[in-house]
Amino acid sequence: MYRPKIEVRGLRYEAGGTEILAGVEALVPAEEVTAVVGPSGAGKSTLLRAINRLIEPSSGEVYLDGEPTGSLDPLELRRRVGMVFQIPALFGSSVEEAVLYGARLAGRSADPVRLLEVVGLDPSMSGCAPETLSVGQQQRVSIARALALEPEALLLDEPTSALDEAARRKVEDLVRDLNARLGLTMVFVSHDLSQVERVADRVVLLADGKRVGEWEREDFFSTAGERARRLIAGKP
Amino acid sequence: MEGLQTVGSALLTLGLVAVAVALSLYERLDLEKEIGVAVVRSFVQLAAIGYVIDFIFGLESMGAVALLLAGMVLFAAWTSARRAGDVPRAFGVVALAVGVAVAATLGLLLALGVVPATARYLIPLGGMVIGNSMNAASLTLTRIRDDVQEQRPKVEAALALGAPSRQAASPIIKTALQRALIPLIDATKTTGIIFLPGAMVGMIIAGADPLEAVRLQIVVLYMLLGSVSIAAILVGTLSYHSFFTPSHQIRKGVSAE
Repeated sequence: MYRPKIEVRGLRYEAGGTEILAGVEALVPAEEVTAVVGPSGAGKSTLLRAINRLIEPSSGEVYLDGEPTGSLDPLELRRRVGMVFQIPALFGSSVEEAVLYGARLAGRSADPVRLLEVVGLDPSMSGCAPETLSVGQQQRVSIARALALEPEALLLDEPTSALDEAARRKVEDLVRDLNARLGLTMVFVSHDLSQVERVADRVVLLADGKRVGEWEREDFFSTAGERARRLIAGKP
Repeated sequence: MEGLQTVGSALLTLGLVAVAVALSLYERLDLEKEIGVAVVRSFVQLAAIGYVIDFIFGLESMGAVALLLAGMVLFAAWTSARRAGDVPRAFGVVALAVGVAVAATLGLLLALGVVPATARYLIPLGGMVIGNSMNAASLTLTRIRDDVQEQRPKVEAALALGAPSRQAASPIIKTALQRALIPLIDATKTTGIIFLPGAMVGMIIAGADPLEAVRLQIVVLYMLLGSVSIAAILVGTLSYHSFFTPSHQIRKGVSAE
């Protein structure tokens, strides 16, 4: 049995009269990459935002190492559980500043050269203005700035949806690499099952704000793959 | 005071309004109803405030002056909150910001002896401070609301890196304050060249010495610059409670979800 790093219990969230999460359950084992898949509107991004408390669930709880996150300081929680978004919004006038944004706010030091190397970027870029980088490079900078806080887990919300095929593959390789080298626990939201096959150890399938099921990657593709494909394509 | 008989000749200017209505009808602008409402409302409101001010002049009581100004602040906050629609706690934020702005500027003018402590000075000056601060407060508030919605990915990215909501919103608040203050700063720069301010025009027409009118106009300009800045900055500092929860989350009403 694995030790759950993150445990989601009966999570509900509603906004504007619609129930986006309708009692979600999920387990994220430590040191594994867990993919969250499902059709758009299933509540995947909302689930991620509830894990690091960017939104307040109306009921239910998220546990981090068995501790209810509702009782943690939200800023400290977000430093322990980093997040990477679809669009990399970088802050500061140089790549180095962008990488150090969160660490500086927390009063911590970090080594931008090493961080850029970890995400596969040339450290000589550190003086460049962030907007001169390609979107794929910017996305890797946004992963580096999350790593600067030495998080225990990383949430990735469709991090490759704005990238071209080559950049997408590089980010996928980076995710595998970070997991293998640092043992980093990751939750990866995606609607692309071939990507899930390349990246994930484990899969949580969501639909209509509920968990349809949870599988090891091989079991998922052998037993639920076809059903997931139809759900994501919107064909019942 | 001769009452409103003197208003009779002013009413002749309604002929100009008739031109506007005729134009609206001819060009099918559908504005004649709006123009009608505006004309009637402005007449009634100005006549009413004329009588109220006349009455308060008669009382010669600072308490009555303060009460009237407080009423104007609340009305300004109500107007502004209605314009800012869905912003939570807009009324309280604007009432506090405009209230502090009017108290601080009028208080300073009195303390320095720039204007005498009479209703004749305090009511019109207070009215100008309140009106201008209200506009700046509304502009700041709606701008912050729009930007928090539009720049949600940026705000969320900062929050997700452990930035407190004040830090995450600071670029937005900075732009909103610039937008709110720049028109007044520009108007102040061009005063006397491009336009003659209303208060000065009124005084000169009423027969005052032009240099005395200028002296008062300078007081008015600096007072407005100060009070509008105070109101906008207070709205900027207070309003993030309207947009963020104490747990550093974007409030639901503000989100695009």
